[in-house]
Amino acid sequence: MSLPAARRITPFALQHTARALVTLAAMRDLTARALDTATALGATYADVRVVRRLEESITIKSQRVEGVHSGESEGFGVRVLVGGAWGFSSSHHLSLDETDRVAAEAVRIAKASATALRTPVTLDDRPSVHGRFESPVIEDPFAVALDVKIADLLAADRALNDVKGIAYSESLYAAQREWKTFAASDGSYTEQVITHVGSGLEANAIDGDEHQRRSYPDNGGAWASAGYEYVRGLNLAGNAERVASEAVELLSAPPLPAGTRTIVLHPSQLYMQVHESCGHPTELDRALGTEASYAGTSFLTPDLLGSFRYGSEVCDIVADATVPGGLGTFGWDDEGVEAQRVPLIKEGIFVGYLSSRETAPRVGRRSGGAMRADGWNRIPLIRMTNVNLLPRPGMSFEDIIADTDDGLLFETNRSWSIDDRRLNFQFATEVCREIKGGKVGRLYRNATYTGITYELWRSMDAVGDASSWQMWGTPNCGKGEPVQSGHVGHGVSGARFRNVRVGVMG
Amino acid sequence: MSERHGMGGDPEETLRLAERVVAAAEAAGAGEAEAMVYATESALTRFANSEIHQNVSSAELFVNLRFVRDSRIGVASTGRADDEGIRALAARAASIADNVEPLEEWAGLPEAGRAAPITGAWAEGTAHATPELRSDGARAVIAAADEAGVGAYGSFSTEASAVAVATSRGIRNAERRTSSRLIAVTMGPDDGTGYAEQGGVDAESIDPAAVGREAAERARTSVHPVDIEPGDYPVVLNHYAVTDLLDYLSYLGFSALAAQEGRSFYEPGRRVGSPLVTVVDDGRDPAGVPEGFDAEGVPKQRLTLIEAGICRDLAYDAQTAAKAGRRSTGHGLPAPNPWGPLPTNLVMTPGDDSFDELVGAMDRGLLVTRFHYTNPVHPKRMVITGMTRDGTFLVEGGRIVGPVRNLRFTMSYLDAMANVEAISRERRCLRGELGWFVTPALRLSSFSFTGATRAG
Repeated sequence: MSLPAARRITPFALQHTARALVTLAAMRDLTARALDTATALGATYADVRVVRRLEESITIKSQRVEGVHSGESEGFGVRVLVGGAWGFSSSHHLSLDETDRVAAEAVRIAKASATALRTPVTLDDRPSVHGRFESPVIEDPFAVALDVKIADLLAADRALNDVKGIAYSESLYAAQREWKTFAASDGSYTEQVITHVGSGLEANAIDGDEHQRRSYPDNGGAWASAGYEYVRGLNLAGNAERVASEAVELLSAPPLPAGTRTIVLHPSQLYMQVHESCGHPTELDRALGTEASYAGTSFLTPDLLGSFRYGSEVCDIVADATVPGGLGTFGWDDEGVEAQRVPLIKEGIFVGYLSSRETAPRVGRRSGGAMRADGWNRIPLIRMTNVNLLPRPGMSFEDIIADTDDGLLFETNRSWSIDDRRLNFQFATEVCREIKGGKVGRLYRNATYTGITYELWRSMDAVGDASSWQMWGTPNCGKGEPVQSGHVGHGVSGARFRNVRVGVMG
Repeated sequence: MSERHGMGGDPEETLRLAERVVAAAEAAGAGEAEAMVYATESALTRFANSEIHQNVSSAELFVNLRFVRDSRIGVASTGRADDEGIRALAARAASIADNVEPLEEWAGLPEAGRAAPITGAWAEGTAHATPELRSDGARAVIAAADEAGVGAYGSFSTEASAVAVATSRGIRNAERRTSSRLIAVTMGPDDGTGYAEQGGVDAESIDPAAVGREAAERARTSVHPVDIEPGDYPVVLNHYAVTDLLDYLSYLGFSALAAQEGRSFYEPGRRVGSPLVTVVDDGRDPAGVPEGFDAEGVPKQRLTLIEAGICRDLAYDAQTAAKAGRRSTGHGLPAPNPWGPLPTNLVMTPGDDSFDELVGAMDRGLLVTRFHYTNPVHPKRMVITGMTRDGTFLVEGGRIVGPVRNLRFTMSYLDAMANVEAISRERRCLRGELGWFVTPALRLSSFSFTGATRAG
C-alpha cells in the first residue's frame, strides 16, 4: 500500500462543481461577521469554521449492490471565550442573519458556562496563521465514474463468493472530502481541502453457532488520505480468494488454547494496539479529566511525564500530523496550530502528549496541534493525529517471525476493549497462527489476548524495520459529547511481545 | 445563501419539505421516491473537574432521498432545503440509480399507513430549554459532589426534533419529539468513583441534585477498592449495566437481517433467557422516549422479542419483511441500510423485588454499577468482553461490604440472560447506544469475570 508520488488537486474548481452554498467572496464576509458579532458582544477570543463535506459510499453484499449513497453537508460553528469560559453554537443555515444569531448564542452559552467556572481558560500563544493546504490526490475519487467504482468492487466481491462455503460477503468503498475555512479573532485565516478514501472486503463463513469473518485489508476497510489510486493499489480482487478460503478454514480450526505465550502482532492488529493503549492515554484532555464522563481518563497523568517507563527501549512512538497518507494529516488543526511531529514515547519513556492551546500550558508545553472537530456542528477536541510506532532497523517483520521459536501470530483486528484509564485491554483477531521454529503453522480460531498496557509495551523485544511499515487508518474513533467520530492514522511495522496471556473466551 | 429553516420541532414544515423532495425526485424520473427529513435543535452542557468546560448548541437538517427507477436505487442526502439544493439532491440520487443494476428482489417501498399520533413524545420544557437551565443543572450536580468531597464530571443535553417521511406511495407521517439526559460521573480521592443518570422526554422531570447525590454517594462509598480474584460470581447488575445487555440483544440478535444472514443466535422458540425474562420493543410506551414510525415512514409495531425467556419475534423493515413474506414492523433505518432493521425502544418487564431486595438475597457476589467499552468477542454466541466502571462492590450476606477494583468480564450475554434469577420492580428510562430503553436491575446467579487490574 505504498503511496505513489502525489500531485495536487484544484480544490476550488471542485468546489464550484459541487455547488457550495458559500462563494469565496461571501466566505470572507460570513467569517468576519461571526467574529465581529462575537467580539462586539464580549468575546475575548472567537473562531469560526465553515465546513462543507461530501461523502460517497458503495456497499456490496453477496454480489448485490446493497447501497450507494451520496451525501453533502455544509454549515458553520462559532466558538467563543467570554470571561474565560467557552461557548459554541452552530447552524446549517448559511446567512449573515443566522451568523449573527449563532454568534450571539455562542456568547450567551459562554456566559452560562461562566457560572460554573473555577479555572478561567487561557490559550497558549501562537502566531496568526494564513495559508492553504490540500491533501495530495492523484486520481480524484469523486471524478472516477460511479460505474467503474461499482464494477471494481463487484469484481472483488465475486471473487470472494467463488470460494465454496461463504455464507455472505460484504465489500465496501467510501470517500470523503472536506473544504474547511478557519478564521479567528487574532486574524488567522486558513483554507484546507482534505480527501480520504477507504475500501475493503469481508467474507463470512457460518456453521451452526460458529461464525467466522475474514477481512482484507482490514476489518471495515483500509483508509488513507489519498485518491482512488489508493483503492486500486489495495488489489482487493487479488486477495479475495485467499481471505475467503481462510474464513472457511477457520470454521474447522481449533480454538486458541489459554496460556501465556510469546506473541507477534501483524501490522493489521498492532495499529489497533497503538490506537487504544498509546493514542488515547496520551490525549491530554483525558489526562486532565475532561473526558471522564464519556471516554474516560488516563493512567498517564502529568506527574509521570518525562520519567515513566511506558515501554521497552525499542519503543518509540510519535504523533505526526505531517506524514503522507495519514488520516490525521493536515495543514493546521482546528485551532489554527500548524501540523507537527510530537514525540510521545522515546526509548520507552513517556515524554509527550497530544495537546491543545488550552491544555498544553497546564503541563508547561505549547500546543502540539491535535484539535480537530467532526464537522461544522462540533467543537474541536484533542484527537490523535497519526500516532506511529517507529520502525527499528535490524529486523524485518519476516525476520521477527523467523527469530521466534515458539509463539503466536495475531492478524486483523476482530474486537477491542480497554478500561476507562486505558490499562486493562483485551483484543480478538480474525486470525491467529502458531509459530514454531521460526515458521508459521497451524491456524486457530476465536483468538484473544489480554494484558495491562505498560506491561505489554515493556515486554516488546522486537519491532519491524521500515520494509513492513505502513500507514493504517481508523475512520470511526469515538470521543466527546455529543459523540464525534474521528479519522486518525497509525503507522506500524509489526512487533513481538513476551509473556502475554492468550485464549480468554469466558 | 439559504433562508433560515428553523424546523426543529415543526413537523408540518418538515413534512412539506419531504413532499417537495418527493416531487423533485418524480420530476427527475423516479418511479418511486421516499424522502425522510430530520430537523433538530440540540444543546449539551458538559462539566469536568467540577466546572463547565464545554457548552455547545447546533441546528441541523438531514434530508435523505431514496430514488427508485425500474428497481434501480440511488440514495442521496443533504443538509439543504433550498430549491437548488433539492434539485441537486434529486439529480445525484437519479445519477446513482442510472449506474446500478436492478435489484431483482426489490419489493417496492412500503405501502401507505398513517401512524397514529403518539402521546408523551414532546415536552415544552425540553424544547425551550435554555443554556441557563442546563448550567443550573450542572451546578446542582457540582454542589452535591462538593458536599461529598468529590469531583463532578458529566453532561446535560436537550434535543427537540421534527421528523417526517413522505413517499410516492402515499406515506405522509410527521411528528415532533424531545429528549433530555443528565449523566454524572464522580471521582474522589483514593480511587472512589460513581455514576448516575436520568433521562427521558422532559428535561424538567430530571432532578439534577438527585443525580448528583446518587453519583457522589457511590464515589464516596467506593474509595479504597480492594483486589478480588477474577472468577464466576453471582451479580446484581444496576439498571445502567443492563442497558448494555439490551443494546447487544438489539444489535446482534433481533434484527431480521441478522437472522436472515445467519449471524444471529435467533431461532423462533429458542430459549435464550430465564423464564423471568420478557423483552418487548414498544415505540409507543410513554415510559420510554416514544417514536411513532420508522425511517421508512412505517408505524412502529409493539414486538415481543423474548417472552418468558423464549425467542418470539424479530424487527423487520420493508425489505426483510418482503423476503419473509410479511409486513414491515416499522423498524427500518435510513436508506441505504446494509445493517438491517433494529429494535431501538426496548422495554424489559419488571419483577417483584426492590433493588435492595435484589442485593439482600445475594449471599456472596458483586454489585456492578455499569460496564465500559464492551465489544463482541464472538457475535453469534453473544460473547462480550468489557470492564466494570464507577462502582463495583462486594456483597456478603446480603450487605454491601466494600468496593472492589474494576474487573474485566468475558461472558455470553445469552448465558447472562439465562442466569437471571430476580428482576427489580423499579425501572428507569435510560439511553443505550442504539436507543432509549426502559430498564430494570437484574440479579444473575453467575457472571464470568476473566481479568483484573491490580493496585500499584
